[in-house]
Amino acid sequence: MNRASGMHAGDHYFVPEPSKYPIVGSVALLLFGSGAALWLNAVPAGRWMFFLGIATLIFMMFGWFGQVVRESQGGRYGRRVDKSFRWSMGWFIFSEVMFFAAFFGALFYARVLSVPWLSSGDNAALLWNGFSGAWPTAGPYAADPFTPMAAWGIPAINTLILLTSGVTLTFAHYGLLNGKRGQLKLGLAVTILLGAIFLALQAYEYIHAYEALNLRLESGIYGSTFYLLTGFHGMHVTVGAIMLTVMLFRTFAGHFSPEHHFGFEAAAWYWHFVDVVWLLLFVVVYWL
Amino acid sequence: MAAVTPDQLHGHHAPRGVMRWLTTTNHKDIGTMYMIFSFIMFLSGGVLALTIRAELFKPGLQVVQPEFFNQLTTMHGLIMVFGAIMPAFVGFANWMIPLMIGASDMAFARMNNWSFWLLPPAAILLIGSFFAPGGATAAGWTLYAPLSVQMGMGMDLAIFAIHIMGVSSIMGAINIVVTVLNMRAPGMTMMKMPLFCWTWLITAYLLIAVMPVLAGAVTMILADRHFGTSFFNAAGGGDPVMYQHIFWFFGHPEVYIMILPAFGIVSQIIPTFSRKPLFGYASMVYATASIAILSFAVWAHHMFATGMPAAGQLFFMYATMLIAVPTGVKVFNWIATMWRGSLSFEPPMLWATGFIFVFTMGGFTGLICAIAPIDIQVQDTYYVVAHFHYVLVAGSLFALFAGAYYWLPKWTGHMPSEFLGKLHFWCSLVFFNITFFPMHFLGLAGMPRRIPDYALQFADFNALASVGAFGFGLSQLIFIVVVVKCIRGGERAAARSWESAEGLEWTVPSPAPYHTFEEAPVVR
Ligand code: HEM
Ligand SMILES: [Cu+2]
Repeated sequence: MNRASGMHAGDHYFVPEPSKYPIVGSVALLLFGSGAALWLNAVPAGRWMFFLGIATLIFMMFGWFGQVVRESQGGRYGRRVDKSFRWSMGWFIFSEVMFFAAFFGALFYARVLSVPWLSSGDNAALLWNGFSGAWPTAGPYAADPFTPMAAWGIPAINTLILLTSGVTLTFAHYGLLNGKRGQLKLGLAVTILLGAIFLALQAYEYIHAYEALNLRLESGIYGSTFYLLTGFHGMHVTVGAIMLTVMLFRTFAGHFSPEHHFGFEAAAWYWHFVDVVWLLLFVVVYWL
Repeated sequence: MAAVTPDQLHGHHAPRGVMRWLTTTNHKDIGTMYMIFSFIMFLSGGVLALTIRAELFKPGLQVVQPEFFNQLTTMHGLIMVFGAIMPAFVGFANWMIPLMIGASDMAFARMNNWSFWLLPPAAILLIGSFFAPGGATAAGWTLYAPLSVQMGMGMDLAIFAIHIMGVSSIMGAINIVVTVLNMRAPGMTMMKMPLFCWTWLITAYLLIAVMPVLAGAVTMILADRHFGTSFFNAAGGGDPVMYQHIFWFFGHPEVYIMILPAFGIVSQIIPTFSRKPLFGYASMVYATASIAILSFAVWAHHMFATGMPAAGQLFFMYATMLIAVPTGVKVFNWIATMWRGSLSFEPPMLWATGFIFVFTMGGFTGLICAIAPIDIQVQDTYYVVAHFHYVLVAGSLFALFAGAYYWLPKWTGHMPSEFLGKLHFWCSLVFFNITFFPMHFLGLAGMPRRIPDYALQFADFNALASVGAFGFGLSQLIFIVVVVKCIRGGERAAARSWESAEGLEWTVPSPAPYHTFEEAPVVR
């Protein structure tokens, strides 16, 4: 076997010691999955298993990510580990893109194919007489009429908010790169605040949709795609905001240097991804 | 003993007993666990299959009720695909990729542990669903709406199991991508990489791209079941056919996820026992990549009978037939490698050549299914069942056995019994064909799949298939004997366990020490 001589410590790739966090996470997801299945089928114990699962998962994430942060601060990650993190975060975000693609695909299929099919040819003549197939629709057998969500109210404001938050985050990043910690903290805090406002407006919009517009999950394919797309997006905004909050706390704790701050960058990438998804949502769900 | 790094010493002493396996961050430990897990799943799925075949031994209902029969076919498919074949290949990746590229471990060793340990919870949910009120889901492994929207609690358990397995697959895939891209030893350029690493790299991309789509599909089912949405309900403007599109957008790449690593394993073995380098290495890489890319554009060949505009039928028909071209390149290259080689047929080579032969037959029936006017006749018949068992059992599973016999010396330090290995192969090959070859005739004659009872004219071939299936199932027990014997003793394996085997994995001792390549080797 060839043993290269001139290797120095920086080339040594960090391999962590055995860890109990993964198995804790597995127990958490077992509780989460079985609890959810039981709860959905009206078995009372399910609810408690579900929440216990979530609590265990949060505990696990605190422990695991905390350890990663400590290892990073302890200088145990070399350049190659950093590169691994970059690759992995990129591909993780790509997998998220594909998750959203499934739901965007469903929306596309419904609008371009299945609804027009339902309102034309034999379907129109024999089955769903009088169904116009105009979008938005709750389908030919609609239970209750509803008002679709207008694009130029809250959704437009939310678009502005998210776009601005992308700018403030970049502002924070420049602060970090130039060693201006004040700018970093300010930029991060404003970004998180904008994220929180976005979520609050989104929550208000949902309440409004249910109470004033009668737009519900049950409102046929329009309600289905509307709520699942915006709902999953909102969940991702929440996760992104939590990530940024962690980064803010780490900044206060003195972490990150102009050269070494992948944790921050990963959170920023994620935030921009969430931003782009929203733009798509705004165009195809609200506007067109 | 190999040098212990400061990272590993940090915890004073490594955990022992069960804790060692629960907490390990070692790619060899994790690879071993993946393989043991997948073999247990293989046996469990096999028991379900044999129950199916027992029921189908003769017409009429004798062993199980129709409702339970449908649960059996569904769970057999889910367990074999997600529990047996996929994890087995990930196990091979864990063990072999670091050894092949000269890396000290996987890029994310802790996450690697989680990827594995998510599988047992998923298996518990899946198998546990048999005991839920109403039993396991009976919607078929494809979980088509509207059936899957109507099932009982077993369906919800299956959905969450799929979510958890998806998380596991995505993490495993990201780990493999990063390991291959970032952990190669100096001098190990991409185009010097063993083909197994290439096929896994491309498979990992497929996994990252389609597992989230499956997650989306089952999430929509969950929402339709419990939250009042209408994704797959025409009354609400949705469409059950839409489920099929989303599912097969995942499903077709998924079948390549299960075969590309098999191609990789076979491409390692054929050159060794032909004593010649692989013919057309670069074309193998390009063929693998084009199969992967094309696999995103053929999904609706599973839906020819479901209803689709004629233009769509033609597009998907021709696109599917196009895949046969890169696949043909591969088969050609394997044969060309063997051509005028100095061949010998130890068990790994037997399995690999058996693979080429029987897998190619599966490829041909695939082509026949790809022809829309023919497929409209054979869809949902036993012809399709024959097709996919030829590619999955004689393809993926045979390649897994080939790889196991090939690398068992590296894993255990002992040579597997040649006699038993050959016996295992010949029994499997013969019984496999007895089981599945008659299914072509059954399908062409019109016997539908997923049916517990059938018309009298199908009786003879079904009886034959059932006998073959039990023979095949029993033959697999030979493999357990081989592995146990191999672990406990036998002829000592040299570092290079097979003469003229190439690759970094053969430069480390057999069995491979717990830690290898802590200092990267230099590849020239
Ligand atoms: C030359 C390559 C191949 C072609 C042209 C091909 C074509 C097809 C077609 C057209 C069908 C649909 C048949 C029907 O439902 O009527 C099908 C089904 C199937 N194929 Fe292939 N195939 C190929 C290779 C593979 C490989 C390599 C695998 C897996 C390792 C595979 C696994 C399957 C499975 C599991 C099904 C059935 C799914 C189900 O309905 O449950 N195929 N194939
Ligand atoms: Cu296919």
